[in-house]
Amino acid sequence: MLDSKIPPGELESKWSKFKDLAGLISPANRRKFNIVIVGTGLAGASAAASLGEQGYNVKVFTYHDTSRRAHSVAAQGGINAAKNYKNDGDSVWRLFRDTIKGGDFRAREANVFRLAEISSSIIDACVALGVPFAREYGGTLETRSFGGTQVSRTFYAKGQTGQQLLLACYSALLRQVELGTVQLFTWKEMVDLVVKEGRAVGVTVRDLISGKLDQVAADAVILATGGYSNVYFLSTNARKSNCTAIIRAFRRGALFANPCFTQIHPTSIPASSDNQSKLTLMSESLRNDGRVWAPRRKDLVGRDPRDIPESDRYYFLEEMYPSYGNLAPRDIASRAVKRICDQGLGVGPTGHGVYLDFRDALKRFGKDVIESKYGNLFEMYYLITGENPYERPMRIYPAPHYTMGGLWVDYTLMSNLEGLFVIGEANFSDHGANRLGASALMQGLADGFFIIPVVVPDFLARKGKSKVSEDDACFAESKEGVELLMKKLAEATGSVPVLELHRRLGKILWDYAGMERSKEGLEFALKEVREIKEKFFEIILPPKASDGATFGDFEDAYRLYDFIELGELMIMDALYREESCGGHFRVEYQTRDGEALRNDEKFSHVACWKRESDGYSMVKEPLVYEFIKPTERSYK
Amino acid sequence: MKFKLRVWRQKSSNHQGSFEEFLVEEVSPESSFLEMLDELNLKLRKEGREPIAFDSDCREGICGTCGFMINGRPHGPLRGVTTCQLHMRNFKDGDTLVLEPFRGGSFRVLKDLVVDRSGLDRVLQKGGYISVAPSAAPEANSILVPKAVAEEAFDYATCIGCGACVAACPNGSAMFFVAAKAAHLNSLPQGKPEAKKRIIGMLDQSLEEGFGACSNHGECEAACPKKIKITSIVKIYRSVFRADV
Repeated sequence: MLDSKIPPGELESKWSKFKDLAGLISPANRRKFNIVIVGTGLAGASAAASLGEQGYNVKVFTYHDTSRRAHSVAAQGGINAAKNYKNDGDSVWRLFRDTIKGGDFRAREANVFRLAEISSSIIDACVALGVPFAREYGGTLETRSFGGTQVSRTFYAKGQTGQQLLLACYSALLRQVELGTVQLFTWKEMVDLVVKEGRAVGVTVRDLISGKLDQVAADAVILATGGYSNVYFLSTNARKSNCTAIIRAFRRGALFANPCFTQIHPTSIPASSDNQSKLTLMSESLRNDGRVWAPRRKDLVGRDPRDIPESDRYYFLEEMYPSYGNLAPRDIASRAVKRICDQGLGVGPTGHGVYLDFRDALKRFGKDVIESKYGNLFEMYYLITGENPYERPMRIYPAPHYTMGGLWVDYTLMSNLEGLFVIGEANFSDHGANRLGASALMQGLADGFFIIPVVVPDFLARKGKSKVSEDDACFAESKEGVELLMKKLAEATGSVPVLELHRRLGKILWDYAGMERSKEGLEFALKEVREIKEKFFEIILPPKASDGATFGDFEDAYRLYDFIELGELMIMDALYREESCGGHFRVEYQTRDGEALRNDEKFSHVACWKRESDGYSMVKEPLVYEFIKPTERSYK
Repeated sequence: MKFKLRVWRQKSSNHQGSFEEFLVEEVSPESSFLEMLDELNLKLRKEGREPIAFDSDCREGICGTCGFMINGRPHGPLRGVTTCQLHMRNFKDGDTLVLEPFRGGSFRVLKDLVVDRSGLDRVLQKGGYISVAPSAAPEANSILVPKAVAEEAFDYATCIGCGACVAACPNGSAMFFVAAKAAHLNSLPQGKPEAKKRIIGMLDQSLEEGFGACSNHGECEAACPKKIKITSIVKIYRSVFRADV
């Protein structure tokens, strides 16, 4: 049975009580503990900086050339916090309730409450680190609204909030490097977790320039390696974002929770060509001032949008969800866009698009105001499409963006493997079946700046050092496993380039495990993906390494190899979950209005998948709602 | 569209490099520059030849991973655009495109168009931060920042660390990079206590790394994909002077 280790007592007191009772390591002894952190996004960099600050011996690994590149950098719109600066009725409880409801009652209450509780301190920390947030004329912080809420609690730095927060964490990390508490390793990708007797004792990493393997023993390992949206090939994630670290931990026994909970973001720039390499997001914040619409009738679809009169414009989000309007949550908005396009009302060359129009806001506030809020996003749109959004409405379409599923963790962010902590998007914990906008940055920093500095020392105080060194047989075994995979890749006998196979996998998942899923479709997809998995080494063109630098080829191949297993897990989980909730929409389970129909009796639990020698098994963590009553989730 | 590419090939930092020519055909004007290279690499792979190594990640102009010289200019001909955001519709059919790695200062070619920019990290390590523990931060609104100051700090803070300014500079100077970070932090009230130390620390390290001195060419500003202004350097000079006296 899974123990989520939720402290007893009232919601408000759980975290403070936990902190009061948490074990400590004295300052003089902290240097003796080795902590490995993989990933330098918001979660990883903030965790490294915090543990370094406390005096632990921290080693951080990133596969980028520098720790400032992680994909947190691309988050646009903002970060939530229950500061209630706007005096519009916000509170910790309201942020908690919004997040639980936003996640369609599939997240753990205690974790979400802690997140809401910490949110205010995150803003304090970021301001102190020099984040140039948007300000009012009087010098106080400015906020705006995001989807799924009726208050204004999102702090932002134009459309580059993620960049500014990441650079703040990166600078805090570099400060610790200078102080000698943190050692930073670039161009190093984690390719295996080393486990001995149920405890994570280190990692095997691969140097992306030389191709050489390296191993590091640790008393605790923290994975902050992000999400797996790139399983769809086309997503808003960066090209290198991959699931290798978490899948390899999964192969070593870590549980994978709710893999089918993926988020399709409603406002991305539609794909324009077959060789497109990625999709670019247009921030949800744009829905503060932009109105989403499609032509009311099919015969208007090809017409210049500026010539379509007001009466023929179908502002479908405003009409379908009057109380939230254009700021309906992402899963709800994405499906509405899909329904419109399925009805033949989609616009643009492919018919996969609707308009996001700023005409009214430009009239009301003027170009200067709109530019100061969204300037970089408008420019990005122009660069990609060649169309000027100040003059004609943007075209947008849903795209894979975020994954709520991830490695299972308990209340202390530790997986079922002792000493393995998982933070940020890589874990499953806080967003249930759908994440609200501006909450990913909040979670990453809550985990790294405020939770990890409590839970990791607590673990080390209770369990002590691991006493396993790099000479132990478990390290040799790990290395051999990785070398064997590399050898199999190099000796592959097929002719399909990795990029093409990844596109093929992505298309299967997008078509059958994307915005809409059905039993029949999922079963078909499972067959297809399993076939690719079985014949992988006979399908792919072997990667090549020259004498000298190996840069590029090999990592693409093994990352795809890992994505295939993840895709299989996603499909199995989607098949298993015979209900619709949040981003997981099974066509068999919907209300008369086409909204998600949950089945709390059968599925109010976390589905945790386990790798067995001959397949997979599943354990469940029941979700108990003590403080909030699950209701039908309505935004009407 | 059709293009002739002249691409710098170099197996590793220990090998000698040279140019190699490629013809690319049937390029969609809608594809990005890197997608054009993706297609070429796909073709090279199928032919059993080694693909061209170049680095990229977010492909939306914010992570700073990508970048090489296109016809002698960092990130190509457009102002304020990273290589990944450059689209083929911005070129003429039949053009010859010369692709070279960013060079200058301590940048070293790792493979083909990929260079080692870690020197920039080491520069920031000497002061590109505010020394504060996150848990010791005061209430956010207890620090008032005038809107205009916050916006100016933001503009300098948008640096993506791509290294185009170094590659554009005839001296291989990192002055523009250092100045943007210093101007960002030093203009905010939170950054004032360490203002002098920050500048001296980063400038010293920049010379230590082998980046050159600034002699006011201004190529950096023209090459910056985030359109950061060279006024940052003026601010720095003023602060250096103050820091010295």
